[in-house]
Amino acid sequence: MRKQISKILIANRGEIACRIIRSARKLGIRTVAVYSEVDENSKNVLMSDEAYFIGKAASQESYLNQEKLMTVIKQSHCDAVHPGYGFLSENAIFSEYCSQNDVIFIGPPASAIRDMGIKSTSKNIMAKAGVPIIPGYHGDDQTNSLLKEEATRIGFPLMIKAIHGGGGKGMRIVFDKNDFLNQLESARRESLNSFGNDSVLLEKFIVAPRHIEVQVFADQYGNCVHLNERDCSIQRRHQKVIEEAPAPGINESLRQEIGSAAVQAAKAVHYVGAGTVEFIYEPTTKNFFFMEMNTRLQVEHPITEMITNTDLVEWQLRVAAGEELPMKQENIPLNGHSVEARIYAEDPYNDFLPGAGPLTYFNVPENSSDTRLETGVRQGDTVSVYYDPLIAKLVVWGSNRKEAFSKLHSRLLECHITGLNTNIEFLTKLSTNEKLLRGEVNTAFIDENKNDLLSKTKPTPKIIVEAVLGLILHEEERQLQEIQNSNDKYDPFTCERGFRVNSSYKRNLKLVGSDNTEYNLNITYQKSNSFTIDIEGMGSYSISGHLEKDSKQNTLICKFSDTVTKCNVAIDAEKFIHLFTNEGIFHFEVWSPKFEQSVLESGIQNAVAPMPGIVSKVLVDVGSRVTSGDPVLVLIAMKMEHTIKSPKSGLVKNILYEVGQSVSKNALLVEVEEE
Amino acid sequence: MANSNLKMTYVRLRSIRKCLLPIWELKQQRFLHSMSTIKCDINENSSEFKENYSHMNSVMQTFHQTLAENVFKIDSRSEKYHLSKNKILVRERINKLLDEGSSFLEFSQLAGYNLYPGEEKLPSGGIVTGIGKVSGNLCVIVANDATVKGGSYYPITVKKHLRAQEIADDNRLPCIYLVDSGGANLRFQDQLFTDHDSFGKVFWNMALMSAKGLSQVAVVMGGCTAGGAYIPSMADESIIVNKTGYIFLAGPPLVKAATGETVGAEELGGSNLHCRVSGVTDHYAEDDEHALQIARRIVKHINNEKALSSRLASSSVHFKPKPPLYPAEYLYGILNPHKKNAFDIKKIIACLVDGSEFDEFKANFGETLVTGFARINGYLVGILGNNGVMFSESALKGAHFIELCCQRKIPLIFMHNITGFMVGKDAETGGIAKHGAKMLTALSCAQVPIITLIVGGSYGAGNYGMCGRPFKPNFLYTWPNARISIMGGEQAADVLITISKQPENEKAKLKKQIMDEFDVQSSPYYGSARLWDDGVIDPVDTRKILSLSLSVCLKRTIEDRAQFGIFRM
Repeated sequence: MRKQISKILIANRGEIACRIIRSARKLGIRTVAVYSEVDENSKNVLMSDEAYFIGKAASQESYLNQEKLMTVIKQSHCDAVHPGYGFLSENAIFSEYCSQNDVIFIGPPASAIRDMGIKSTSKNIMAKAGVPIIPGYHGDDQTNSLLKEEATRIGFPLMIKAIHGGGGKGMRIVFDKNDFLNQLESARRESLNSFGNDSVLLEKFIVAPRHIEVQVFADQYGNCVHLNERDCSIQRRHQKVIEEAPAPGINESLRQEIGSAAVQAAKAVHYVGAGTVEFIYEPTTKNFFFMEMNTRLQVEHPITEMITNTDLVEWQLRVAAGEELPMKQENIPLNGHSVEARIYAEDPYNDFLPGAGPLTYFNVPENSSDTRLETGVRQGDTVSVYYDPLIAKLVVWGSNRKEAFSKLHSRLLECHITGLNTNIEFLTKLSTNEKLLRGEVNTAFIDENKNDLLSKTKPTPKIIVEAVLGLILHEEERQLQEIQNSNDKYDPFTCERGFRVNSSYKRNLKLVGSDNTEYNLNITYQKSNSFTIDIEGMGSYSISGHLEKDSKQNTLICKFSDTVTKCNVAIDAEKFIHLFTNEGIFHFEVWSPKFEQSVLESGIQNAVAPMPGIVSKVLVDVGSRVTSGDPVLVLIAMKMEHTIKSPKSGLVKNILYEVGQSVSKNALLVEVEEE
Repeated sequence: MANSNLKMTYVRLRSIRKCLLPIWELKQQRFLHSMSTIKCDINENSSEFKENYSHMNSVMQTFHQTLAENVFKIDSRSEKYHLSKNKILVRERINKLLDEGSSFLEFSQLAGYNLYPGEEKLPSGGIVTGIGKVSGNLCVIVANDATVKGGSYYPITVKKHLRAQEIADDNRLPCIYLVDSGGANLRFQDQLFTDHDSFGKVFWNMALMSAKGLSQVAVVMGGCTAGGAYIPSMADESIIVNKTGYIFLAGPPLVKAATGETVGAEELGGSNLHCRVSGVTDHYAEDDEHALQIARRIVKHINNEKALSSRLASSSVHFKPKPPLYPAEYLYGILNPHKKNAFDIKKIIACLVDGSEFDEFKANFGETLVTGFARINGYLVGILGNNGVMFSESALKGAHFIELCCQRKIPLIFMHNITGFMVGKDAETGGIAKHGAKMLTALSCAQVPIITLIVGGSYGAGNYGMCGRPFKPNFLYTWPNARISIMGGEQAADVLITISKQPENEKAKLKKQIMDEFDVQSSPYYGSARLWDDGVIDPVDTRKILSLSLSVCLKRTIEDRAQFGIFRM
């Protein structure tokens, strides 16, 4: 049944909202954006044809507020709503709510969302449809003989899991059949002691599992195709970081096999629209098992688009309007290789703690035929504590896998973002990791290789010298700018840099690298604008150079005695130097004496927020007695809970925030007074 | 055919443009820069150039060696002691006080050089003074060097301190005092206690400058004993460094001697006392660096529009600077101290002014005084330079030119290379005395800033006629090849012998003695040690130093008219 879609509401924010607007515009469909109070000036609001305010920052009161969204849909006369990913994209109630109000929900029918929503249900449906699922035993009969029988059926290695277990307790991996009973007893004992229950389940143990998923697409007429697979094994905190398509080491016949299994899965729930069927894949045996189906367009859909030359949002819009699928299975190509890296506001060196803050400098590669940088932010925007800390997705295409990763690396080095912590340096390490390049990936990859991946590249002396020159030239530029506003435009006190009568200007400076290494520097301003920079213990360098500035970036040209180098530099608050070079990205802080840091230090004596977030629980009252290390407050930031502990013992003197309030980094939360 | 026609037209068009462009550019240039370029035969390959260069080279070697040994060398024991108290060395203090990369126009580095026979060396006279930018504002900085005799005041220290204050007052600049001094050197009390220009005048100056709105900021980074205690007390705002800063009228030993009271330095005049109880100081600093940060913050808030470095007196329109056509090093090949400094002043001017462009005034009249207009770092200036002895015509031309510059509010630059005014019957008959007097009247009453540069000889009345130190130029600098005295040593000896009653046989000995004395005393080192100038400078740095000095003195408004005295006609 064909319906006219001429205007859609995008019930989302950020990069995906921008992405949807682009495809809609291509089809002549007008777009309506919605925004919460913190998103008023966001990029998608400006890109859309109309934009409506829908409530407070907390998603519950804005992007998840179905009634409010429906009001806007009616008010703006939209025919359809695109939920993007996250938020209401897999909400069956919302899907139904839309159809009740005669609004097209761009996504699968509510029944399909529901069927796939509960893992046990979906697995049963898949088993019935003949889609491989992880063999296991979940029965009530717990006799040893039956369990052993089941174990033999499942095969080894296998996992014994306490039904009530968690945190690794009551869990055993058995590699040998003869070992099974011993391990079973051991698991039961531990489970009984820990949880008061000794029931177990059995499941096949997957060695070095990979996360492989298949993009499927179905129309309202029962046609369903797959658009090849993606490998999303590179994860941290169970979230994907790097995705690639196609998956490495998957040959054509396996591809057809896994693709048809995915199509079969979609058909089993009468699927319509874009979906992703996730499998767990065991490289040693080449077996794959159904995990779950995501009934939405995924974050990483662009890599599939890159290798199939498709526009999946366009497909979504066409299918939702009742058109048939634009392509038949046999016509869907697989061209080259594509990789996506997710650029997050987070601190990889502090357990990937999510961050938030201003994007003081945001200079990213331009889009081209082989590079897509999908983002919903611009320089000066803020990554908010309320939503996902994704800053951008970098998608590249290469004619083969090697080329794709090599492009990913060089484009990552062109992603210059400052103002908050990002994982870019970590991503650059990933993009050149030998094992990853060999395709030896599994879901524990980051954990297994964290020593390599999280090691920080030590800056070479030349890098340090470049940072210093960047700082000096930046200062000069700022001061020259100041005198430009006067009528002494060539004021020699500023223009004759560091002139000294009968001597030369010597300046000492201490830079602190991102790994807290301190570099003591002695800088001598020489005649003709050159400098001698002596790095304590690392040698002395003669350098001159200049900054070339355009609207996008500051290029620093450094002339050493034997070479000329070029890099980009950004300096925040006259203090933080960010150097973007071919050798990597380096951050330095100009060390300042302790009296300037006293504001921060005073906070250490009290409970402060380690990161921006929202107060979710206050665990103490004013007057409570606490000892050092006691939890006093719980902070939520990007879906993660952080317990704030008291740094000292004493009485709670003051609690500065209430539940629900947002706090910024280093904010004083609870004051404790020593008795 | 058609194609080649087209090509022809194109070529013709291009050639027309080629012809037109220079004309247009020429017009433009004429309009913008109608100044004439000094064409001189400076040839770096000539034997004369090479000879001069090698002589000057040795002069400069002596100069830099003298500076290294007597100005920049720090006594290692004092340095160790100083650093052990967690204090920063004086020039480093200044570097940290100034804006990053700001130039520092330091004065009279040779003050005190060989001045007190029998005493140890007195680098920079024990005090570093100069002008630099602090939080965007030009400030005069006066900083005691505690590694030199504990920063105590010798008579020359007082003189240098007062001169820095005079520069501040003349040019309307705020003052920052980095105090670290044991007070007056008691062994020289007769020479510094209470004469007209003595220690006490430091405080009188502070009061009067404060009254004029020139902020006085003191940073106590060490002792401030006795008279020294009045520096932070007289200041508009003062900072004291914890543990190293002390202020008291009398230190513990004197208190003990006077009243028998036993009291520690900290208790008597430490930072806690003065910030919390006595109120002698306003700001408490953890260490030197902290104190300097506070000083920078204070300057940020002085809100003294005249002190704002960004403001240039409207009378001078600032042009984009152009480097001279000749590199500064060429000066070494022009100067010839071994030939009694007999060089063409126009060559010197060519190496110093923008684009080597110089528009002469009265080029064919009184040629021994060269006068004309030029720009230095874009600042329009009137230059007077000597090309020989001063005649009546030269003096008249000089007076006329000074009047011109005063009427147009153009700063003056005098370049000394003068043996004196012409003597003899013809000259006296022509009234050279009254003509010289006209020039003195004109330069004494000039309301425009004056910078004097002694590039060669500066003798007798010639020194006066070219605005020597007694005529209070805003700044006076000397080159290492210069000679300054009331007359040449030989002439002086001859005069003295003529009038002496010594027996004939001893006259030769006396002549030599007098000539040796004059030789020593006419050296720039001798004069600079006594503060006859604001510094001996490298000819190569001169353009920069003139630019900095002009930038300083052009920040104050130049009065519309000079009030001249009677010109004897």
